[in-house]
This record gives sequence, structure tokens and C-alpha cells, in this order.
Amino acid sequence: MTTAALIATLVKIAVFFGITISLAAVSTLFERKISAWIQQRYGPNRVGPWGVLQPLADGLKFIFKEEVAPAGANRLLFRLAPAMAAAPAFMTVAVVPFTFPLILDGTRIPMAIADIDIGVLFFMAMGSLAVYGIMLGGWASNNKYSLLGGLRSSAQMISYELAMMVSVITVLTLAGSMNLTRIFEAQIPLWNIAVFPVGTIAFGIFLIAAFAETNRHPFDLAECETELVGGFHTEYSSMKFALFFLGEYSAMVMMSGLITTFFLGGPSLFGLVNGIEDPWIKVLAGLGVFLAKVCFFLFLFIWVRWTIPRFRWDQLMHLGWKLLLPLSLANLLLAGTLVATGVL
Amino acid sequence: METKVIEIGTQGISPIHRRIQENREERERLSREFGHELHEDLLTLNMGPQHPSTHGVLRIVLTLDGEIIVDAEPVVGYLHRGKEKMAESLRYFQYIPHTDRLDYLAPQINNVAFCRAVEKACGLEIPPRAQAIRVIVMEMMRIMSHLIYIGTTALDIGAASIFFHSFREREDLYDLADIITGQRMNNAFIRIGGVGNDISTETLKRVREFAAAFPGKVDEYEKLLTGNRIWWERNRDIGIIEAEEAIKFSLTGPNLRGSGVEHDLRRVDPYCGYENYDFEVPVGSVGDCFDRYLVRIEEMRQSARIILQAVDKLPPGEIYAEDRRFVLPPKEKAFTSMEELIHQFEVVAEMKVPRGEVYAAVEAAKGELGFYLVADDGPRPHRLHIRSPSFINLQALPKLSRGRYISDMVAIIGSLDFVMGECDR
Repeated sequence: MTTAALIATLVKIAVFFGITISLAAVSTLFERKISAWIQQRYGPNRVGPWGVLQPLADGLKFIFKEEVAPAGANRLLFRLAPAMAAAPAFMTVAVVPFTFPLILDGTRIPMAIADIDIGVLFFMAMGSLAVYGIMLGGWASNNKYSLLGGLRSSAQMISYELAMMVSVITVLTLAGSMNLTRIFEAQIPLWNIAVFPVGTIAFGIFLIAAFAETNRHPFDLAECETELVGGFHTEYSSMKFALFFLGEYSAMVMMSGLITTFFLGGPSLFGLVNGIEDPWIKVLAGLGVFLAKVCFFLFLFIWVRWTIPRFRWDQLMHLGWKLLLPLSLANLLLAGTLVATGVL
Repeated sequence: METKVIEIGTQGISPIHRRIQENREERERLSREFGHELHEDLLTLNMGPQHPSTHGVLRIVLTLDGEIIVDAEPVVGYLHRGKEKMAESLRYFQYIPHTDRLDYLAPQINNVAFCRAVEKACGLEIPPRAQAIRVIVMEMMRIMSHLIYIGTTALDIGAASIFFHSFREREDLYDLADIITGQRMNNAFIRIGGVGNDISTETLKRVREFAAAFPGKVDEYEKLLTGNRIWWERNRDIGIIEAEEAIKFSLTGPNLRGSGVEHDLRRVDPYCGYENYDFEVPVGSVGDCFDRYLVRIEEMRQSARIILQAVDKLPPGEIYAEDRRFVLPPKEKAFTSMEELIHQFEVVAEMKVPRGEVYAAVEAAKGELGFYLVADDGPRPHRLHIRSPSFINLQALPKLSRGRYISDMVAIIGSLDFVMGECDR
């Protein structure tokens, strides 16, 4: 690796990681603001103008809170679990292309931290790891409610990951690559969401599964504050809780980024951004479009949370195994047939 | 009588859990009942008294097989304040504010129930204007209580925003209650023989405005919940109790009507002139959580209807009964005339409620709220028993939740709609 490439990678890590973390922080503010608007309240408006410093205040509060570990907890796993819950979401940042590749003097710098050919596999692997943090956190807390939360979470992740992966395979079939940059580049003429019916169905399944995968309402059964008090994080306090929290919001940001990449053409916008001549403006405009799409999905995550009731866990299982999985398999079959016969 | 002690510590297990562990036959019997083999390891889970969805300080000792409830044992008494015993050392007028603290979500209905018991013992005739004002206030309270039900149940099932929407209307009602009674909560507005003060025309106009606009607000909640597939699935066929069984459990109120029994004291044993109002008694068909929800939704509309009628044909006249032995003099007279002041003292301190036993009940928001009063010619009750609907409705909880999931437990607790202040007294 040349020095230039190394510097480029370091810059990309700093920028993209920074974007993810700040988006996660901002979305905690917007979670509170949007929920307030839905509920005819004002929301946080005391810390800074319009409450913009609320995430900072929250973070500061977490730092100063006492760390409590319940008696009888498995101390090692209890401490490890929050990190394990947050890390996979941060790791996923590595493969997400935030914008168009930068072409400078004929060298192509892909705008993902690691533009690897098995990007999709990497994301799948990280997605599967995320459940361990929650499961172990629930188990190590020595609390029955946490245990139930952890168990629910593991069952839920397994049932939804399958449907999610199969719908991603549909995308792979359409794009013909596992590299995420290629996947969005293949969509520049037509976004996958518009490839009727296979792309649209895959999008629907992926979106529902994304809610389950990030443990968001209406699938927040692992947390489920009105049944399990706080589920897996009942016993967590201070920064350990904040890590779970950060992990959840980062996972939301990442999921939104992946939905955008898989189905909404990533940074492309009806060929407008693609046609820009200046490489830097193209990259920045692409980043803007990408983030706008991500923000839309973040809004969707929040909107749904504050609007509809929660599923019961067995209903969730039914939905996952009996509806989404068969549907996604049939959809994959259809997509395969269409691609093989050259229709798509 | 044998007292039952439920011991449960950090390592503790519920009695039924222990019984299943020690007794092979019990395990087989339950396995047959649930239609599947119980797992070797059961779990005793202590739900409450501090739990987000046990609505106050109810404690439930759950015995779980995975997520399935093998047994649920409600433990009540965490809010016991000895309200019945306190009545024996308080004068009748002094006890009225204490009834506010029973079902604190609908305090005026409790006031009326208690005052009706005393009035029955004294044989008082309440003037029609006071009756109508009581009806207006009681129906407002019923709506308030049902709004809490909608809000908290939706919150428990996960639709957090409904909670705030229902509190918006509840806030309007509190404002009205403030204007009418001078107090937002714990109003103590009803007096023996009448009501605390009259309602002015402007206030009536505001009440009318609210009642006319309210059904539209109910439509709003319905739009968010009734047609919602998830709400539907979380409530339908959950916690079914059939009519016959509901009667056996002495359920009353919306919980009974949800099972299809058309029993409403306002209809079958009218008081406060309810026979003069045109309203419907909604009933369910299946007796599940969804039916109980629908019944309460419809009851709110009917309450608004009653309020409109009561406001429109509010009769003129006195707001206090005639009988000077039991009825307080009007406040302005008590402030200006020495004789009236002495009279006021005499009524409060020396009221002689004739010896005898009476039972008077009203259709409270939660069900039949009855006061059984034993009077002994003195200014204090000899004995007062409160038939609190919350306590009796709560009995059905173990039956409703057996074999269901923990998540259903939350829906069932919400749909039974009890308030612990009234349950524990």
C-alpha cells in the first residue's frame, strides 16, 4: 500500500466514522424531537438553542453516572457485552460506500473505507455478531427480565436475518457483484426499488427485517420496556448503557445506509449527480444525496416507533418464518429466473 | 381462616412452582391442560409492585414455562390505607374527601356513591338540578378514567403516542373540573344532599363545547388503534372471559359488558335521574381484550351524549335537599348569619344518621362501586364497607392469563382497567 493510499484510507476512516457517530448522536435528538411533535409536545428545548446540545448533555450525564453491576452478574461478560453490541455497527461502516469513487488523475479512490469484493458477506457477518452483545448482556446481568430480553433477541435475530440475507441475495443477483460500490453503480440507470416486482419485494422484506435487526419498534421485544422493564439493558447504567444506546443508533444509521446502497442507488440521483464533471463536486454532491436518503430512513425508523403498537414475540416469529422467509425465497427464485432468461 | 403467604426472595420460587417441582402428577396435569409437556425448568418471575405496566403497585407472581404463563398470582395491598376503618373515626362530611382517593382517576363518582349511601340512610330527596349536575360531573369523570385506560393500555402495548393524545383531552377535562369544582384532582365536590356549588351558564357552555367536540377526538383514537393490524392481533382473542364466567367472577362495568352482558346500573337501577337520559349501553360479544376496548371507546361517546343532554335540559332550582337535619346551609349564609353558622357546625359535628344498614351503588368507570353503610344514630359510620370494582375485577386476572404469553399479560392487565387506590382501599 502506498503512502497516498494509506493517508486516503485514514482520512476516509476519520470522515465516515465521524459522520456515522454524529448521525447517531443527532438521531437521538431527532428521536426526541420527532416523538415530541407526534405527541404534541415541544421536546428538548433547554440545552442550547432548540435543544441542539441535548445529545452532548446526555453523553455528559452518562459519563458522570455511577456504574452499577448487579450482585451475581458475570462481571467479564457484563462488561464485554456493551462493547460487543456497539462494535459490529461501527465495523459495518467499513464497507458502506458513502459516495461516488473519487477519480483523481486517473486513479480511482473508492469512497468506502474498505472497498472489498466480499462487502456484502462482511456486512452479513457483522450483522450476525450484533446479537451476541445483547444476548450476553441479558444473560450476564443475573436478572430474569434481562434473560428473557436476551432470549427474545436471539430468537428474533435468527428469524429475521434469514429473510434479510435472502433479500440481499436478490440484490446480488440483480447487480452481479458483492462489492457494495458496484452494487450501487449498477443501479445508476434504475434503482433496485423500482425493479418491479423483485426489487420492490426485496426492498419491503429488507426494510421490515432491518427494523427487527436493529431491535427497533415494533420489533423491540428484547427491550420492551412495558413488559420486560428494560429487557437486556435493565441492569446497565452509565457509559455501559450509553454504548448499547450508541450501538442501536449506529446500527440504525448503518441499516439506513445499506438500504440506500442496496435499493435506492446509493449516492445517485436520477443521473444528475453522476453527470457532474468536477470530481470533487461530484463526490460531495454524492455524499449529500446519500446522507439525505439515510436521513429519510432514520426518520422512518423514528416515525414508525412512535406510531404503531408492538408485536408479540410469537407473532413476530410467525411473520418472519411463515411469511417473510418463503416470500423472499420465492422472490429470489423469480429474480434468478428473470436474470437467467435475460429479462432483467 | 387460613392465611396464604407468598414467599419469594432472590432464590425463591412461587408455591405452584414448588408444587410442580415436587409433584410429578401436578406437572402431568398441567402438561395436559396446556397441551404440551412443561419444561423441566420453570421460572418464577416477580412482576411488580414496581413495574411499568402493572398500573400502580400491583404485584403479580408469575410462574413461567419459557414465555408461557403457567400461573399468575396477584398480590394486592401495597396501597392499603385502611379507608374502611378510617371511616369509623371520621364524621360523614369528613369522609367525603377520602372517597376521592379510592379511584383517583374518577373521584366524583366515588363521592356520589358514598353520599348516596348516606342519603339513602337519611331518606333524603335530592333536587333535580343537583342530580343533573352530579350526572354531568360523573360522566366527565367516566371519560377521564376511560381516557387513562386508552392511554396506558396503548402505551403498554407499545403505541406510546396515544397516551399523549388521550392526555390532551384529559387535560381539557381537568380544566373543566377545576372551573366547576375548584380543584383539578380529588375534587370532593359532592355533598350529602347535593353538590358543592352551582354551575354557571358560561361554564355550562364550555362543558357543552367539550362534549360536542369530544366524539371527534374519540374517532381520532379509533383511527390510530381500532383498525391497526398489530393492535388487533395483540387484543383479539386474548384474555377471553365468557358471560357466564364473568358473572361468576362478579365482574362489573366494561369488563362484564365486554363479555356481552348488558348490565349497567345506570340502566337497570337508575340513580341521579339516569332514566331521563337517552343513551346506549354498549356490549361486546366475545369477551376478549378487544371487546373491552371497544366497549370503553363507545362508552366515552355515550358519556359525551349524556353530558350534552344534561347540559341542555339542566333544570333550575336548588342544589341542596330540603331536610335541614342532614344538609349544610348554603355557604354564603353560613358566612353571614350566626344561626346558619351554628347550624353548619351542628350538621357536620352532630349529624344523626338513623340506625340501620344501607347499600348504595353507582356505575363507576370501573364497574359497580358500592358503599355498605351501618349507621348507629351517630355522626360517624359504625362500619363502612366498600365494594370496589377494581378489587373484584382483578380476581379474573389469573384465569385470563393462564397459558398466555407475558406480552398478553400486559394487554390483559390494561384491559381489566383497575386502579390500585380503589383495589387496596
